[in-house]
Amino acid sequence: MATATDARLFGKSIKRREDPRFITGKGHYTDDLKLAGMTYAAFVRSPHAHAKIRKIDVAKATAHPGVVAIFTGKDMTGVNSLPCGWLLPDLKVPPHPPLAVDTARYVGDPVAIVIAESQDAALDAAEKVKVDWDVRPSVTATGKAADKGAAQIHEVAPSNVAFTWQIGDAAATDAAFKSAPVVVKKRIVNQRLVANAMEPRACVARYEDATGDLTLWVTSQNPHVHRLLMTAFVLGIPEHKVRVIAPDVGGGFGSKIFLYNEETVCSWATRRIKRPIRWTSTRREAFQTDAQGRDHVTDVELALSREGKILGLRVKTVANLGAYLSTFAPAVPTYLYGTLLNGVYEMGAIHADVTGVFTNTTPVDAYRGAGRPEAAYLIERIIEAGAAALKMDVLELRRKNFIPKFADGYQTKVALNYDSGNYGAALDKLLTVLDYKKFRAEQEVSRKQGKLVGIGFSTYIEACSIAPSKVVGSLGAQAGLYESGIVRVHPTGKVTVLTGSHSHGQGHETTFSQLVADELGVPIDDVDIVHGDTGAIAFGMGTYGSRSASVGGTAIHMSIEKIKEKGKKIAAHLLEASPKDMEYVNGQFQVKGFPGKAVPFGQVALTAYVPHNYPEGLEPGLEETSFYDPSNFCFPFGAHACVVEVDRDTGKVKVLRYIAVDDVGNVINPMIVDGMVHGGVAQGIGQALWEGAVYEDGSGQLVTGTMMDYALPKADMLPMYETDRTVTPTLVNPLGIKGAGETGTIAATPAVVNAVIDALRPLGVDHIETMPLSPERVWKTIQAARPAGAASQKR
Amino acid sequence: MKHSVKMTINGQTQSHEVEPRLLLVHYIRETVGLTGTHVGCDTSQCGACTILMNGQAVKACTVFTVQAEGAKITTIEGLAKNGELHPIQQGFWEKHGLQCGFCTPGMILAAHQLLERYPKPSEDQIRHQLEGNLCRCTGYHNIVKAIQWASENMAGAKAGVK
Repeated sequence: MATATDARLFGKSIKRREDPRFITGKGHYTDDLKLAGMTYAAFVRSPHAHAKIRKIDVAKATAHPGVVAIFTGKDMTGVNSLPCGWLLPDLKVPPHPPLAVDTARYVGDPVAIVIAESQDAALDAAEKVKVDWDVRPSVTATGKAADKGAAQIHEVAPSNVAFTWQIGDAAATDAAFKSAPVVVKKRIVNQRLVANAMEPRACVARYEDATGDLTLWVTSQNPHVHRLLMTAFVLGIPEHKVRVIAPDVGGGFGSKIFLYNEETVCSWATRRIKRPIRWTSTRREAFQTDAQGRDHVTDVELALSREGKILGLRVKTVANLGAYLSTFAPAVPTYLYGTLLNGVYEMGAIHADVTGVFTNTTPVDAYRGAGRPEAAYLIERIIEAGAAALKMDVLELRRKNFIPKFADGYQTKVALNYDSGNYGAALDKLLTVLDYKKFRAEQEVSRKQGKLVGIGFSTYIEACSIAPSKVVGSLGAQAGLYESGIVRVHPTGKVTVLTGSHSHGQGHETTFSQLVADELGVPIDDVDIVHGDTGAIAFGMGTYGSRSASVGGTAIHMSIEKIKEKGKKIAAHLLEASPKDMEYVNGQFQVKGFPGKAVPFGQVALTAYVPHNYPEGLEPGLEETSFYDPSNFCFPFGAHACVVEVDRDTGKVKVLRYIAVDDVGNVINPMIVDGMVHGGVAQGIGQALWEGAVYEDGSGQLVTGTMMDYALPKADMLPMYETDRTVTPTLVNPLGIKGAGETGTIAATPAVVNAVIDALRPLGVDHIETMPLSPERVWKTIQAARPAGAASQKR
Repeated sequence: MKHSVKMTINGQTQSHEVEPRLLLVHYIRETVGLTGTHVGCDTSQCGACTILMNGQAVKACTVFTVQAEGAKITTIEGLAKNGELHPIQQGFWEKHGLQCGFCTPGMILAAHQLLERYPKPSEDQIRHQLEGNLCRCTGYHNIVKAIQWASENMAGAKAGVK
């Protein structure tokens, strides 16, 4: 393992510093916590998709041995609605009580909390809570929510429409289509997904009445956001009397960003019973209540010249928001989606129209990629459909339209200004690994043998490093999206770094230590990273949108710069030199060019805390806080390819090869970035081939409500991934880092689906409307296509 | 009506009075206090609760505590010996076989039996044997690599717990 004295750690694949506790079973997850006097909670939930609550009878349940308290929505007086943190113009914001009071609007909507001396007692008693339901008609399908006669879910939202939103130039787009010689039109459904972080959501809420302090341990990607939303907007309790701790968190993928009903109710209830309460979601509850992802129905049209230039893109999307507005739900199908529709291509004109609808389903919000996978899927699918229409090679069409290499800004037709890009280079690199010509030749041979082999590409872009506060504020965000970084140098020269971002698998304790050890020239073992505790960290916006290294890392970098500036003053004083003649090299403050005239870092640290011989007017101590607010998003991009074989008889798709070339800017730890690409690609393949949340029409039941019914990718369903990178540093932040957490998920889905379509093309198949491309769906497609397919394709 | 049970967990004798419905995983986590064994689902799909019971990798959510009467159990906490990581643990560290760490204890113990069955497993064998363990972070690539690393480093040295 490299140490700081070897060389720079930035760019090295050092082993993760957090791993020893995880591989020995010594991690501390929320559900591991046991406090004196602990009680346990279970929630009573609606078994119906839409039902009025006539009456809740808790008498029998209350009498159950071990029950401490039972509360319903009516008991929670003075408690506000769960807030929506992103307000679009004319957005309909319906009430979202932490416990449903009059009406339950999706299967799983909580109506009561049962608190008992043991988990079993709580669960048993919850069974005895009698709810008198008045079941109403429901609507779950995205495309039917706004239909005439559909069940109405909220009074404030006629026709179940939460918002309509558009971006781009409608007139220019219409004009482009009018004169376009080739137009391709497809309906593309981006199905609903369930995040399925392996650790179910959990919380422990403890109120201490002697001090009025409330501590909440919660599976959160952003504990400060949890605290702010819960205290200021819902419970009305003082923010400074609440400490939120997100300890080890077992994955998030977006689903642990949001403020949920359960931790809110537990935080409220602990103040009533004055005992700690623990609640841990079962997986069934997780399926029903963790915010879900995607769920778009889109009509997309691409206008092309005969030579293959993109003249226009027209998009009409209906986005399913579920039964209530989850914390950041409105942003996902709008500003994280519509603004990405320019892709990596020069486009003549773009217009997108999005309607957000309520349905009797679990709320939908950000899931890994959040809006950007939907955009990338649309563009990368329609461009391959366009190539088919032009009878042009898919890569030739892409290359004809790539935005040429640029280092400092490209203004898209949909508001964003890309930071830096070299899209052709990523594809070039991909083709050094993949012999495309040879593949096509072999494919011809395979096809003659009756094999269905295909290749699909995805030359994607995404926007991450979220986000410039002023920009997102003007777009409706009710929060800033900066990040904080505190660097605390102790008197002994050891360093504690406190970050407002949060690791739930990303490896902050390793990557941030690499950054700090390098910049301060201290051994990595002298650096500790603290995250996930509002009691320790000034403030923070947390981790999502691939922002930790770029936004959080830059905040840390800024604090280190300040430490160095202060250190120079202290060292200059000791050396009787001028601070402006000082430099910081190899862990010591020295007179520029004179390594012999130097004060080591440790001595400066000690002097700062024992300031006997000290500059006049300078404060003692060596600790700096910085808040970094980026000036722009960053825009990672890349080229992915997938090779598949489809079994003609069963419809089963086998992924034979998956190649990912990503450009995420500078990389601190390549091993960790590769790992995130692997996991992201697996989730993208999962969406393409297996995953999908299905609600039954009529009953509104989530049919895919367990891990038995929802097909998560397993080890034997996936290949080894071939990964590589190009490096186009961003100029947005001083580290040149773009962000790497979501690229795989964004890129993979279209690459896989394009590959399957390519495999099925000899049968006359050029599109499949809905994912996943499960064996059943592919088999049906093959059966339907055969009569129209070429007779020569018979085996 | 409670039943008394007695078993050995990581070399220590445990005896408690338990309800007949108490699952072994909850006994290990809540009664004995070893929280390295995780609960990731309620349908025996995820494998986060995998332990070794009399040398066999078993999902502790599919066993009642009373069924483990007299059993010899190893959890993730009992795998390292005298502060030395087991080669499988080491392999997961070397090859970045984990991210959030939640599925890791179960993966490591499933891999333990895998390597007993197939000391030199092929990639296909590894993938097939891990069918009962879900990971949402790694896409399995580095888990396969970790187990391959362990296989190479266990050759010769007779590692393993019975």
